[in-house]
Amino acid sequence: MAELTKKGVAGFLARQGILVAFVVFMIVFAIANPRFIDIDNIFGVIRSSAILGVMALGVTFVVIGGNLDLSVGSMMSFSTIVVLDLHDKIGPTLGIPVMFAMTMALGAFIGFLVGYLKLNSLIVTLGMLSAIHGLTLTYSGGKNMDIADKEGTWFGIFGQGSIAGVPVPIIMFALLAIVLSIILSRTPFGRKVYAVGGNGIAATFSGIPRARIVFMTYLMSSFCVATAGLIQASRSLGSQNTVGQGMELEVLAAVILGGASLLGGAGTIFKTVIGVLILGFIQNGLLLMGLAFYAQYVVTWIIIILAVWLDIAAKRGRLWSPIA
Amino acid sequence: MKKETRANLIKQGAIWAFIVVELAFFSIAGEFLSVTETAFMDFDNMLLLLKQSAPIGIIALGMTIIMINGNIDLSVGATFALAAIVLLDSMTWPFMAAIGDWAIPLAWGFALLTGVVLGAINGLIVWKTGVDAFIVTLGSMLGYRGLVFMYNGEQPTSHLNWTLVDFAEAQFLGLHTATWFLLGAALLLWLLMTKTVHGRNAYAIGNNREAAVNAGIRVGPHFLWNFMLIGFLAALSAVVFYSESGSVNPNDGMLYELWAITAVVLGGTKLSGGYGSIISTLGGVIAIQLLRKGLGHIGADTETVNLVIGLILIAVLFLDRQLNRKGREELKT
Amino acid sequence: MTDQTPALRLEGIVKTFPGVRALDGVSFAVMPGEVHALMGENGAGKSTLMKVLGGIHQPNEGQIFIAEEPTVMTSPIEAKSKGVVFIHQELSLADELTVAENIFLGELPRKSFGRVDWKTLYDQTNAILKTLNVGFDARTRVGDLSIANQQMVEIARALTVDPRAVIFDEPTASLTDAEKVVLFEVIADLQSRGVGVIYISHRMEEIFKITDRISVLRDGQYRGTLNTAETNEEEVTQLMIGRTLDLSRSESTHQMGDVALEVRNLSCGDLFEDVSFTVRKGEVVGFYGLVGAGRTEIAETLFGLRDPSSGTIMLDGEEVRINSPADAIKRGISLVPEDRKAQGLILGMNCRDNMTLPQVDDMTAGPFVSDGAEVAIFDQYRDKLDIRTPGWRQLVGNLSGGNQQKIVIGKWLSMHPEVLIVDEPTRGIDVGSKSEIHNLIRELAAQGYAVIVISSEMPEVLHVSDRIVAMFNGRVMREFTAEEVTEDSLIQAISGLETDKVA
Repeated sequence: MAELTKKGVAGFLARQGILVAFVVFMIVFAIANPRFIDIDNIFGVIRSSAILGVMALGVTFVVIGGNLDLSVGSMMSFSTIVVLDLHDKIGPTLGIPVMFAMTMALGAFIGFLVGYLKLNSLIVTLGMLSAIHGLTLTYSGGKNMDIADKEGTWFGIFGQGSIAGVPVPIIMFALLAIVLSIILSRTPFGRKVYAVGGNGIAATFSGIPRARIVFMTYLMSSFCVATAGLIQASRSLGSQNTVGQGMELEVLAAVILGGASLLGGAGTIFKTVIGVLILGFIQNGLLLMGLAFYAQYVVTWIIIILAVWLDIAAKRGRLWSPIA
Repeated sequence: MKKETRANLIKQGAIWAFIVVELAFFSIAGEFLSVTETAFMDFDNMLLLLKQSAPIGIIALGMTIIMINGNIDLSVGATFALAAIVLLDSMTWPFMAAIGDWAIPLAWGFALLTGVVLGAINGLIVWKTGVDAFIVTLGSMLGYRGLVFMYNGEQPTSHLNWTLVDFAEAQFLGLHTATWFLLGAALLLWLLMTKTVHGRNAYAIGNNREAAVNAGIRVGPHFLWNFMLIGFLAALSAVVFYSESGSVNPNDGMLYELWAITAVVLGGTKLSGGYGSIISTLGGVIAIQLLRKGLGHIGADTETVNLVIGLILIAVLFLDRQLNRKGREELKT
Repeated sequence: MTDQTPALRLEGIVKTFPGVRALDGVSFAVMPGEVHALMGENGAGKSTLMKVLGGIHQPNEGQIFIAEEPTVMTSPIEAKSKGVVFIHQELSLADELTVAENIFLGELPRKSFGRVDWKTLYDQTNAILKTLNVGFDARTRVGDLSIANQQMVEIARALTVDPRAVIFDEPTASLTDAEKVVLFEVIADLQSRGVGVIYISHRMEEIFKITDRISVLRDGQYRGTLNTAETNEEEVTQLMIGRTLDLSRSESTHQMGDVALEVRNLSCGDLFEDVSFTVRKGEVVGFYGLVGAGRTEIAETLFGLRDPSSGTIMLDGEEVRINSPADAIKRGISLVPEDRKAQGLILGMNCRDNMTLPQVDDMTAGPFVSDGAEVAIFDQYRDKLDIRTPGWRQLVGNLSGGNQQKIVIGKWLSMHPEVLIVDEPTRGIDVGSKSEIHNLIRELAAQGYAVIVISSEMPEVLHVSDRIVAMFNGRVMREFTAEEVTEDSLIQAISGLETDKVA
């Protein structure tokens, strides 16, 4: 009997673990410091998570489709630098769509390599991480990029503005999350993404154009990256070449934390959002508790391992791995 | 069978052929474009190249074994940084300062131990939880980097010990200390992978894990040893590098894992495990460093290096796939 | 069988899993020097029994005896050390390593510093290989060997210990006839050394050729042991399935229509060559041949998964080019693939979504997938095919083989194809579902579908087909009508013993 109960609890924890962990976290932090659940604080956290979050939404598509994307960090640096540069050269109205087109061209290239040429996504995006980084440095001549007239531009609205008291980055993150969630869960395209990631061969045998679907997931990912770059550029109106460096793995961490399987075919946008928020609130909660900023890394580490561990433990029905 | 052997030979020779092409290209292009007076194939230049290959190279050697196992380690960059901090910081501890130059081997020991422990943590988690090494080390990459920052905030950690610097800058038979470490590590690991039971088991596990388990090979402890080994090598790399430079920033070693993986893949090790060679990885490391130096030599911006290496990595992947294609035997899936 | 001590004996083995009594008091004994067949339908408990023997599962009740010594097995390695060795259906070899390293996997001879003692390794390996009389040596890379030779490596591995009992699990699944002969010689050799051999196979002709006794399992229960010399296929089948399965030819009662599909001189590289045939509406054409004869590859070509190197495909008298499965589906060709789990289903997806996958683009209300339309399709085909599942939300991976196969068939029927290709429709599913699927195929033909059935089981082909195309080595050897075909002539045709008689 005792064992059964244990199993039931473990099973529930594993299925809804990420939500439970989130709630527990919020409660603990809220008790430790009431300022934690202050509305301004919450907005602040979500706003600072928005850039990571927007990228994570796109990567969720890629991961559910059965691939990885390690290039989003350096691609975000690229978008940020390009849009800042274009802002002064051709103005923001034209610069923003041109930046989106350029970023999505990179996404299309990756999609072509992984989807149509069927190259291993880990290595392709690893190569693109490096290549896009080089591209950004070449584009900017290695210098930081700043908008000349920071006072006289409306460009700051995406990063600094707010509508009805809600910061614009939050609105963009939320809107994108809702739209992408509907696409993933309600449209034929979304169904095909799950099919291709769940079993690419069976999907092909069902007449689904696997290459095109994979291509599309990377295109969507690059769209999200461009959006993140826009928010980043707009927030500070200037940027270093390396602003997104290292974010690819944090993004992936958020997606995995949300429960998407690296093998593909599983995950949801909602869970990814939870994953992003957990990372954001941990960071914030630890700061409020007076811990240094970097303590979050250690806590994130522990949480990721626990989350994935519990997930597979529930699937195999035992806590410890059967590896001899 | 003959055809297979030849294909294997091509695979193992490819990286060296690539190096020769690089050398030829940069030498000839250098004649026309060089911004300096010296020839590219200058002896000192080549010695320097080997020395500069050492930090990533030593890590890449360990990554080869991990990848032959069918695993991956994304945390080596952070391990590298933490070992470096321990190395430099430990020499300032009061009791260490008191024992003079004996502090050096002790500091090295602390740093190497740090690497082994961090590796062991990864290995134990992979073994005991059964979570994929990619995720485990993705997590510890963040976690270990967090430890790096917690150690000394965002300040650099510095300590120059001139005995140590002299040792690191020394040349024996023309080769720098770092080069000796790289070559020595390569030799030992080559012996390990080709001559010992542990090495052969590493191939067997990566090749067909279930078969290895059924044959009684204890996969868990095997992984643990290899993660300890790569942790040790990441720390060794830090020891060699920071003995000379004497100052470590908390962001040092970032993306080293990606460079190491790039070198290993260029060397032809299979991502899925079971196939690869230490010597080819050494070739991969040298090829990357050649490219770096070569591009600088012909006056290209150093920034283009990233671009070129990224594209070459993808090109290698593409070529590998084309060479292994079976034409009509393959389904259009 | 003069020695009266069994090499291996099982006594009252019971193994239960939550909700299932997988083994229910199984007892049987293998004598030294005996080849003992273990038979039973899929799901009868053979593989569970083997896992108990190999120490992967612990029995709830019962006892294993080795040479009448009560023994507890805890792992395959322990089983091996006690002289019980398995030759698995799926080869468990490391391709990149040498023959020697594979044979001594996990127990490579050592020198100081953990070094491999290569000399001892190669000497011992070559000694073993010599007794097997094989044409490769210890240093050959396993990946360079043929499947049959890889199997010899597995057998050589068994001989590193002095085995008391060797268990062969479907060893001939992917062997050619010549290779089978070699295998049987090796088994005979083991037999002469006094080793007890357990031989698991579905192939009656092999069982009757090489075994001494046959033990049968059904539903986890031991059903008895027969002396091979004193029994026949019918008796064994009856024990296995509990009743005699009617596999007589079904008479066509309906009229056939026009030619739906015509293939002329179709070739695809080395896979198949100059293949021509027709299928009429309302007709079932069976494709029979050995593994590797090119049957599946023809189906894949028709379904747009391979590009033919020459030849034409005509649908309703019109020449077509089929470049992709989507093309094929659009033109009314459907394929129920050979490997249900790898090609037919997305195991982590629910039943409904699997079934409607090819037509999800059409199941929409506005831009969104319409739940109602999907559930309607699912319900319709669940009832029509009698798919037993708690509901459409059930993950396909949790269904039995038969129900999974029905989901795949339902998936394609709901597309209303003109030509339905089914590749190994009953592989790995239980007897009951088997005959249901046979009936279904006949029924579909009666409704006017043009059906191609590819199968490696002769009774199945004979049972469902109106016409049979016999293939060997990528070529059509002969076409039979249901009236003229005999087992002998069919076997001759697919063995390449008969020359091409097709005009």
